[in-house]
Amino acid sequence: MPVQYSGILGEVAAVRTSTGLFDVSHMGRLYISGPRATEFLDWVLTGSVESLRVGRARYCMICNEQGGVVDDTIFYRLAEDRYLLIPNAGNRNTVVAWFQRWLDEKFPTGCEIQDRTEAMALLSLQGPAAADVMDRLCSAPPSSLRPFAWQETKLQDTPVFLGRTGYTGEDGFEIVADADQAASLWQTFTENGATPCGLGARDVLRLEAGLPLHGHEINEDTTPIEAGLEKFVRFDKEYVGSAVLRGKHEKGVGRRLVGLKIPGRSAPRAEYAILDHGRPVGRVTSGSYSPTLDTSIATGYVDANLAEAGIMLEVDIRGRTSPAEVTLLPFYTRPRR
Amino acid sequence: MSPDDRKYSNEHEWVKMEDTTQALAGITVYAQNQLGDIVYVDLPKTGATIRFMEKMGEVESVKAVSDLFSPITGEVTEVNDRLLDHPELVNEDPLGEGWLVRVTVADAAELDQLMSAEEYEAFISGLS
Repeated sequence: MPVQYSGILGEVAAVRTSTGLFDVSHMGRLYISGPRATEFLDWVLTGSVESLRVGRARYCMICNEQGGVVDDTIFYRLAEDRYLLIPNAGNRNTVVAWFQRWLDEKFPTGCEIQDRTEAMALLSLQGPAAADVMDRLCSAPPSSLRPFAWQETKLQDTPVFLGRTGYTGEDGFEIVADADQAASLWQTFTENGATPCGLGARDVLRLEAGLPLHGHEINEDTTPIEAGLEKFVRFDKEYVGSAVLRGKHEKGVGRRLVGLKIPGRSAPRAEYAILDHGRPVGRVTSGSYSPTLDTSIATGYVDANLAEAGIMLEVDIRGRTSPAEVTLLPFYTRPRR
Repeated sequence: MSPDDRKYSNEHEWVKMEDTTQALAGITVYAQNQLGDIVYVDLPKTGATIRFMEKMGEVESVKAVSDLFSPITGEVTEVNDRLLDHPELVNEDPLGEGWLVRVTVADAAELDQLMSAEEYEAFISGLS
């Protein structure tokens, strides 16, 4: 996936107003199946697996024993005892090894992992017109598919798996198909008005939508509680990291992830200092000019007592101090249509 | 592609003499293309002295920040104020409307250390 095709600003605008197309085949495709698959996933994921109905998908975290985030992921329940899980590209091997460790330790039989990343392509069609494009192309109309639901259908003649999921803050679909169909699917979507989008636009879109990126807002030393992701964490089941997460949920945390709005177009970048009257109180995790809001935005961790909307802080942008207003995430919510 | 009415630096800035003392400076087509969509340009103030191949400002694209290096020593007599609201001019017309600063040149001999259009074209074809 290149950083950009035609230009980041135009690509972001396409996703916010029409349709953008991403090739996210670098992300993983792990199929987890067997009579103990549900039990296994409930042990390694922060979200409830057992309660997820076949045909639906869920977003949650994979945590270590300290509650740190090994990866964040969407998983789809394909059948009673079969799941598709999408780890981040850079974490795929870590996740496979982590899962294998727990299989060996606790689930020696009854569950297996199949890594089909190389055999399958993953495209993402995102934007307010994505459902119209899909309806024109698919045999069963995907516009009736609910958010976080999936279906199998034919896109023209190609069998595809569609999830009504994404990473942009817009309506959209993620499409899994055989790898050798990727090029023709890409062409079909672009011929139907989708704008090719790269990693640069993807990063701006997810930041505007307040969605975390592993390695920035979350990592193995950061818990979902500090990152404000409690709603994707269950406190009523036992799993890897659950005791720590429950403790932090009950006792509170010392630092919290916040959104920052910085007037103007010059943006703080990852690792820049966040200041309170000149005193360092945290660091930026991601920052960018937001073309949708026409202001600079950032996320960062600050002392928990400063994590309140409306508090005025500062960021050090390469020696220049700029005001930064603490805001609730997300920065952008798509309009109801 | 690069016009031969100006000289070019290996940091992808250009400088064009307007008369015997005044010069315009900006970034090259290659530079704006590498940066992608430019959203902010931080320039020196009018009256400031900028120095040959030293940092004179910053240019930010959506993805990255890059230092701007002055291709000439001199006093800034004008900055392109239009870039405050329209930084995209640097992408659209880096050699014209998207100029950065106008300078009273201190030592025109510095230009001899810069590349001609032909030399610059050869230089960038060796990159990437």
